[in-house]
Amino acid sequence: MATTHSRAAARLMLSPAVLLLLGWMIIPLSMTIYFSFLHYNLLIPGAHDFIGLANYSYFLTDPAFFAALTNTLLLVVGVLVITIGGGVLLAILLDQPMWGQGIVRILVIAPFFVMPTVGALVWKNMFMNPVNGLFAHMAKAMGMQPFDFLAQAPLASIIGMVAWQWLPFSTLILLTALQSLDRDQLEAAEMDGAGPFSTFFYITLPHLSRAITVVVLIQTIFLLSVFAEILVTTNGGPGYATTNITYLVYAQSLLQFDVGGGSAGGIVAVILANVVAIFLMRMIGKNLDI
Amino acid sequence: MGEIVLDQITKTFGHVQVIPPLDLQIDDGEFVVFVGPSGCGKSTLLRLIAGLEDVTSGEIRIDGEPATSTPPAKRGLAMVFQSYALYPHMSVKKNIAFPLKMAGLPQSAIDEKVENAARVLNLTDYLDRRPGQLSGGQRQRVAIGRAIVREPSAFLFDEPLSNLDAALRVNMRLEISELHNSLKTTMIYVTHDQVEAMTMADKIVVLNAGRVEQVGSPLDLYNAPRNLFVAGFIGSPKMNFIEGDMAETHRATTIGIRPEHITVSTDTGAWAGVVSVAEHLGSDTLLHVQTENLGTLTARVDGEFSVRHGSRVFLTPQDDKMHRFDARGLAIR
Amino acid sequence: MARASSNRRKTVVTVLAWAIGLAIFFPILWTVLTSFKTEAEAVASPPSFVNFHWTLENYAEVQSRSDYFRHFLNSVIISLGSTVLGLLIAIPAAWSMAFVPAKRTKDVLMWMLSTKMLPPVGVLIPIYLIFRDIGLLDSLIGLIIVLMLINLPIIIWMLFTYFREIPGEILEAARMDGAGLKAEILYVLTPMAVPGIASTLLLNVILAWNEAFWTLNLTAAKAAPLTAFIASYSSPEGLFYAKLSAASTMAIAPILILGWFSQKQLVRGLTFGAVK
Repeated sequence: MATTHSRAAARLMLSPAVLLLLGWMIIPLSMTIYFSFLHYNLLIPGAHDFIGLANYSYFLTDPAFFAALTNTLLLVVGVLVITIGGGVLLAILLDQPMWGQGIVRILVIAPFFVMPTVGALVWKNMFMNPVNGLFAHMAKAMGMQPFDFLAQAPLASIIGMVAWQWLPFSTLILLTALQSLDRDQLEAAEMDGAGPFSTFFYITLPHLSRAITVVVLIQTIFLLSVFAEILVTTNGGPGYATTNITYLVYAQSLLQFDVGGGSAGGIVAVILANVVAIFLMRMIGKNLDI
Repeated sequence: MGEIVLDQITKTFGHVQVIPPLDLQIDDGEFVVFVGPSGCGKSTLLRLIAGLEDVTSGEIRIDGEPATSTPPAKRGLAMVFQSYALYPHMSVKKNIAFPLKMAGLPQSAIDEKVENAARVLNLTDYLDRRPGQLSGGQRQRVAIGRAIVREPSAFLFDEPLSNLDAALRVNMRLEISELHNSLKTTMIYVTHDQVEAMTMADKIVVLNAGRVEQVGSPLDLYNAPRNLFVAGFIGSPKMNFIEGDMAETHRATTIGIRPEHITVSTDTGAWAGVVSVAEHLGSDTLLHVQTENLGTLTARVDGEFSVRHGSRVFLTPQDDKMHRFDARGLAIR
Repeated sequence: MARASSNRRKTVVTVLAWAIGLAIFFPILWTVLTSFKTEAEAVASPPSFVNFHWTLENYAEVQSRSDYFRHFLNSVIISLGSTVLGLLIAIPAAWSMAFVPAKRTKDVLMWMLSTKMLPPVGVLIPIYLIFRDIGLLDSLIGLIIVLMLINLPIIIWMLFTYFREIPGEILEAARMDGAGLKAEILYVLTPMAVPGIASTLLLNVILAWNEAFWTLNLTAAKAAPLTAFIASYSSPEGLFYAKLSAASTMAIAPILILGWFSQKQLVRGLTFGAVK
């Protein structure tokens, strides 16, 4: 099918995309690496000295870093647990025969399409606000003290918001995978005497395991970079309670204008993400049938 | 018009040579069938002739002119694909008209040719439908129509009937044969079904792993197969092969006898055996017989022959129909 | 499982599913409802669900006071602009990878996908500094370029999968019918790929509209799209729930509607083929 003239044309047509992405990858990233070795603060004029790994050691030994790392981990794991656990159950539920399935799907999918800033602000103000939020009203109606979510359990609150946004994604993916399960297999299991729980553990869950892995990997990549929700609700506080690595780097770069330190932090974030990305790329690569 | 010559054609994919040096002559107006098992290279050969693949070495000549590096559209050939490859977003009329449009014909000429083709193929009522709204047989006729309007020097068919159900296949076989009779254009037809090959071809090319095993008319291949492969491939049910002592008494390494050339009797005969499976088709009976020392043989009897699993029968081969093969698998004449 | 009880089972399932669905959707619903309340009603305790004085004053106020439509337009320009630009680059690239695959094609595609996994903070500083120095900060063009680059892998990937679903034999038939490369693309490939191109456009417009890192960090007053505009409500003065709700509703409504049509594309575009 491919003849010699098409090969040359094909290479030409591929080049803009390749060049653009190559540039996008290499140029800024190498600049970040370069900056990370400099003493460079936008507020401090003067020469930018090469200070080797000082930025990295400073960044990595900063107590804020450990807090940020822990928070990042908690955020990712927390959201994953809620979205995968909830997603599997929701997917199974939505796979059952019911009336109005189309509409229920639309209801469940909706949060994913809400702008992160809108979602976060709605949760912060209209639900979690200890004076005027709905949760406060509910608490007062039951005679309890309203709970100041964002002050007393900030990270958990953010985990909740982000999970709300991502639950539709995992549900949709898992539902799609679930629907690809051969009905014949389930019927064979029924004839073999398997009850609903056995069927779930021995047949459904293994079939879903690949989809679950994909969801975990893809969500992790995106969850490492949660930003908007933190920015509009807590700004990383109280203290460092809701600062993740992304926010920490942002704060150092654009709030403290520490180009050197922020760059070092950025590279650390890149390395973290790469670890996950390697696993994800392997999964994708196995599936890619070219 | 329509004479195609393949001269020392080879084709290599990567490191694998799928077609070793091959020579073939196709005369004008012939109906040639490339037949062979899956993976034997018959489709590849067709695509080399069409120009959809480049030859690795060798020359293709169409009507005496070298065509090896000519692009497909300029070779004057038309191809009917296995999946019909109709343009799903175009109506039947536009599908058939497409090659004429590419050739730059004026619209009035296009309309006329399309109407003619539609009439020949009984598609006039379907001209405004889309392929998705047609049955398998109709789609195939549209694919043929698209090929006919190009008035090619040769038609290339790539397993066109394999996507149809059995009954439809028989009908379309007849239609294609009739088309050949009326158009008298060269047709090169690829199939793995030897019944199609036997019934439709003027000349059959039997291919195995890229090599031409034998070229000849259907009856030539039936009566005088050149080697074990052709003998076993042509003819259904398959020819019986016997080796060992029995073969040696006939001065061969292997002897072959077709099921229809074995006489069956319940009283007496050359080889004794027990029926393991009897298939009663009404029109004939196929017996799979477990013999004492010749293995399992298949025999065909006209009409109904009432034996069952476990019956004792005697098989007698017709001596003049026996084929003898030497140690290299070649026929001994 | 007795088949006879399936109707009862269906009812239980339906009730459960609807309950959960409504619970998940509730925040959105509540926002829309609140947008029609007065500010006083919006913070009233106990809160009223439908039984309040419906008003459009919030919408009017949001539009008049805060330049809402300019930000809306910015979002439209940035989303459409980056996606269309991406399509222009991606269509030839995806064509070549889908129809003239080489040994390296798989590696190239995977590499492209991997660029999407780069954390934005890794390049925040250089991009910020470069944009500052060449005057692209707070500019629509700057955002269009950045968003195009971060979505390009997904656009290429999606187009690639759609192109590959076009049976190769149809293109071969076109070739045998005398179509040159241009005619092949024009008369056969593009019409058959239009649904795929439309789906890709849809999903990526949505992703660009909701993007909330670059749009927050690279814009100030002029080029801020809706994401940034809404973010400015995070430190407000005085009562503002109803206005926030109105602004939010207007910001998310178009995408919610588009999103409901793009579920299948979501699975295709964001799981990179690992889930079928």
